[in-house]
Amino acid sequence: MNKFITKSRAWIVALSLLVIWELSCQVFHIPEFILPAPSRIAEVTWQFRNELAMHSMQTLMTTIVGFLIAIVIGILLGVAVGSSPAIYDSLYPLLVDFNSIPKVAVVPLIVIWTGIGTVPAIVTAFVISFFPIVVNVATGLASVEPEMRDVLRILGATRYEMLRKVSLPRTLPYLFASLKVAITLAFIGSVVSETIASNYGIGFLMLSASSRFQVALVFSGVIIIAIMSIAMFALCVKVENRMVGWAYRSQPS
Amino acid sequence: MLLKDAPTRSDVRSPPADQPMVRMSEVSLKYGDMLALGDATLDIAEGEFVAVVGPSGCGKSTLMKLVTGLLPPTSGTIEFDRKIVDGPVRGAGMAFQNATLLPWRTTTDNVMLPLEIVAPYKHQTGKNRAALEAKVQSLLDLVGLGDFGDRLPWQLSGGMQQRANLCRAIVHEPKLLMLDEPFAALDAFTKEDLWQVLQDLWMRQRFTGILVTHDLREAVYLADTVYVMSNRPGRIVHRCPIPLSRPRRPETTFDPIYTDLVNDLRARIAAVRSVK
Repeated sequence: MNKFITKSRAWIVALSLLVIWELSCQVFHIPEFILPAPSRIAEVTWQFRNELAMHSMQTLMTTIVGFLIAIVIGILLGVAVGSSPAIYDSLYPLLVDFNSIPKVAVVPLIVIWTGIGTVPAIVTAFVISFFPIVVNVATGLASVEPEMRDVLRILGATRYEMLRKVSLPRTLPYLFASLKVAITLAFIGSVVSETIASNYGIGFLMLSASSRFQVALVFSGVIIIAIMSIAMFALCVKVENRMVGWAYRSQPS
Repeated sequence: MLLKDAPTRSDVRSPPADQPMVRMSEVSLKYGDMLALGDATLDIAEGEFVAVVGPSGCGKSTLMKLVTGLLPPTSGTIEFDRKIVDGPVRGAGMAFQNATLLPWRTTTDNVMLPLEIVAPYKHQTGKNRAALEAKVQSLLDLVGLGDFGDRLPWQLSGGMQQRANLCRAIVHEPKLLMLDEPFAALDAFTKEDLWQVLQDLWMRQRFTGILVTHDLREAVYLADTVYVMSNRPGRIVHRCPIPLSRPRRPETTFDPIYTDLVNDLRARIAAVRSVK
């Protein structure tokens, strides 16, 4: 029983907050356009289920495409930066500068270059999420022990063999750590782009709902983004456990 | 203070072997302005097991990197297997204090790694994998890891990891094995077990071995010849052949010849340490 309580603590807190929220709305007669009650949000979510499904699928699609491009480009850049000091010196400062630009400020430019709708959402999701992947892959490559490098050089291993057999597997835990950060960033990117320039997606839906004071629908959007984001995060964790379980089993069972 | 019989360079050189496996001729290495190794001259015969001892920071590890071509010498020449060393030598084996096993590979697969890289075996890993696995297994049996082939490194103790590390260093039957303080992090009992293991491996494969260590008992136990290096800049100041018969056993450590040799080396190291 005690164990059950420990495990469900987070759920109990979340449910209590929902109940307090619901009761406050009822007791203090808070107007719906300021703070809708959870029951009202549930009702609206069900009422607009088709629209929400359509727009959330759009957001999910642009996010995943942007995320996948970020993985490919991130790994390629990370390997380049991590395995060549010359590329590191010439590219890394530039990447850091680029990363310090708030991506939201760049979205209008992306819209000018790529139009409105799906493409800028994908591009924004990519631009905002590839940097942590680059940094982590480069760090992972640098973490290979110098002794291991010496052992391999003496064996006559080629650069490719070193990369394939030692450096890349060694980098995988770093890669997955960065993917968990990158996927949540990718959602931010696609939703921001949709709120600025799109006729589809949760971002667009929330923007148009708030302009009509359908605040309950805005909350539905927030909740759905949260659910999608958590689901993708969980998926990354699942793949991570399968691929690099060895990195997290450091104590004897 | 200098020992009365402080050696000159000529009597440091070992008796001329016809075709030594490793020949260093007046090799020096400078890091910037700092001389790390000065005029090292030595011959190591094929199949000879050599230990290099000296105070810490005397350039023992530098010597090892030079022989394997990982570092180019500032002056002098190094020959390995009758060829001048001008880049990383191919197919030598190496083991360090840190076992550096790959954490995602089982013990067997870790020991298999050199076979996937070094020439004749590399092309057999596909069709002839069973034979290579049998080879690895017999090696693991020899070092007492026979039942641990499918374990991951984190499931092994430090001593077991170091056994696997030794197997990985010699599985491809290298002509030269370089050991850089491989047992320094182990407890005394495990350490002496591994001396035995290393001697067994050496007697089986008769590779040429260079062991860098600061443990004099270890050096005398394992080596045919012990070289003593001086404080920085490292110079080889003494050559000490070890006349103990093989195989050496734990009882050997109580042999007066053994203890005398260890004490003599200790005195020499104390002498070079006090020279500033």
